[in-house]
Amino acid sequence: MTSTTPDTASPTATAAGHGTGVVFDDMHRWYGPVHALDGLSIDIAPGELIALLGPSGCGKTTALRALGGLDEVDQGRILVGGKDITHVPANKRNMGIVFQAYSLFPNMTARDNVAYGLKLRGMDKARRNRKAEETLELVGLAVQANRFPHQMSGGQQQRVALARALAIEPSVLLLDEPLSALDAKVRRQLREEIRRIQIMVGITTLFVTHDQEEALAMGDRVGVMSAGRLEQIAPPAELYDRPKTRFVAEFVGLTNRIPARTDGSDVAVLGQRIPILPGTTDRGDVQALVRPENLRVSLAEDGTGRVLAVSFLGSLCRAQVALPDETIVVAQMAASESGGLYPGAAVNVAVAPAPVFVVGS
Amino acid sequence: MSGSTNTQMGAAAPQGGAYLARPKGAGRGRRVSRGQTIARYLVLVLVLGYLIVPLFASVEFATRGDFDKATKTFGRSMEAFTSILKFPNLVDSILVSLGIAVLTVGGMLLLLVPTMVWTVVRVPRMRRVVEFLCLLPLAIPAIVIVVGIGPIYRWIGQNLGAVGASPLTLSLIDIILVLPYSYRALDSSLRGIDTATLSDASRSLGAGWVRTIFEVIVPNIRGGILSASVLATALVLGEFTISSLLSYNTVQVVIFLLGHRDAYVAVAVSLAALFFAFVLLFAIARFAPGAGSRTQRAVEEPVA
Repeated sequence: MTSTTPDTASPTATAAGHGTGVVFDDMHRWYGPVHALDGLSIDIAPGELIALLGPSGCGKTTALRALGGLDEVDQGRILVGGKDITHVPANKRNMGIVFQAYSLFPNMTARDNVAYGLKLRGMDKARRNRKAEETLELVGLAVQANRFPHQMSGGQQQRVALARALAIEPSVLLLDEPLSALDAKVRRQLREEIRRIQIMVGITTLFVTHDQEEALAMGDRVGVMSAGRLEQIAPPAELYDRPKTRFVAEFVGLTNRIPARTDGSDVAVLGQRIPILPGTTDRGDVQALVRPENLRVSLAEDGTGRVLAVSFLGSLCRAQVALPDETIVVAQMAASESGGLYPGAAVNVAVAPAPVFVVGS
Repeated sequence: MSGSTNTQMGAAAPQGGAYLARPKGAGRGRRVSRGQTIARYLVLVLVLGYLIVPLFASVEFATRGDFDKATKTFGRSMEAFTSILKFPNLVDSILVSLGIAVLTVGGMLLLLVPTMVWTVVRVPRMRRVVEFLCLLPLAIPAIVIVVGIGPIYRWIGQNLGAVGASPLTLSLIDIILVLPYSYRALDSSLRGIDTATLSDASRSLGAGWVRTIFEVIVPNIRGGILSASVLATALVLGEFTISSLLSYNTVQVVIFLLGHRDAYVAVAVSLAALFFAFVLLFAIARFAPGAGSRTQRAVEEPVA
């Protein structure tokens, strides 16, 4: 039986597509003494895009490779569409994978690369070429069909790799940090394109990344992993606003650590009482993890804080402020609300009444 | 914590681009002094002379005709070359050596390519072991190999009939002899591609291991395969010690014997063998895929 906890189960609201459901059931994987997967359980709804986020070595790629059949699991099960595929070889799983490294076959044109999986499925040449061109059209590269990989840019190669993965009509699409080798601008564009295509096709997708911006922007839900364990899986806003563990609170987003005191029910931060997020057990002197956008900075002649630097970020503005106890915090506000802040200005700093996570000091 | 920034960023921020930095000075014309230019040409002339003088001497010797007492010079004749075919043992030995070369190349490729691909993809920690085993023949003198393998050849000759008695069985030992050179050629080729990722991609698309190796990996290491094949062929055609000690009449053994009877023909055969090697090298240059162009990357274009 699947031992999926409610925490890992997919909310039905996200099951928008007509893809195939996937279940990771208590998966374990050891590499010698390293416990790469430590009881990983995730329930992915059909058509859902799950982004697995975590630092290097947290097990996210191991989980993806296990689903793709490229790596084995020592314990646990993988169910796709209700069928146990734990011991099915990679070439029988019908998974489309886009890798971090450029993986197009150098001896084949873009069209031949995309058609290769169809050829393996016995489709005749005319049909598979037609389908390959249709799929290249989907990723906006129909005109590059006759180019070899070395004649294409990195972004184009990854789009062809995406087309190749989609052409075989896989039951699940696996994206293993496919954007990490690209420059920032192309990465953002391709990220949006992948998401558009994924929603259009409605394919169940597992997306692995160490870039939280990518994960939060693309995932229906984001799973944060650490040391082989799933710390939390939730929709991006919930993950950001209501982290359940210290690791998630500290790993996701920009966080200020501000000295505070708690009795367990709420926490006193900068002279204000703020609700505490569940999941913390520390008492007494602690540090409150406060998002920069939850700090309010206002000019005041008798203010106890001092502005150290102001950074203009387009629509946003960030100010570094030294508190009376010399703690330095970063506050973020709309650029239009930052009028008057300048280095050396005296300010008051307040905390918005949003619940915060606290950790022992 | 006083005085230190108390703000932390979680996961890694977006990373840099896919472009590789140009090395300093790349693309700029470097000034070369006149002295350096002369030194370069001098080295070139010395190296070419070192290679060409013996070759020229061999051609001069092999094309000698009758001695003209009046001018005290030799006339020119191609008789040594045309008479190659008049020595039946020589032609047979050439055919035998070519047969051994074909079997050796085939056996070496069948043994090495799947083994090396499997090692890279599935058991990378065994790469050093495979490398050590492949390089081992370099450290073992041919005479030691013959002494060790002699009883096996005796058994083969006594128990496998005509097949066992055939000099083509030398290919078994030649496969071992060519391993160090072939391994190096194939290894550098395999390192030039991302073998593991290409294999993963191929298998995820539905290919088994055999198709992955022959349809995805082999076409992309064709240059290495050709190099390994030429090196193996050259080694087999030049191998003398083991053939001689095991009493097989390969081309080098026959050339050696011919040298005692007709030195002109022996040198002519050596030159012909050299010419054959040149033809093979030309074949590599002609058929090796995409030399020099594969590393180019197109300019990164924004998505339309």
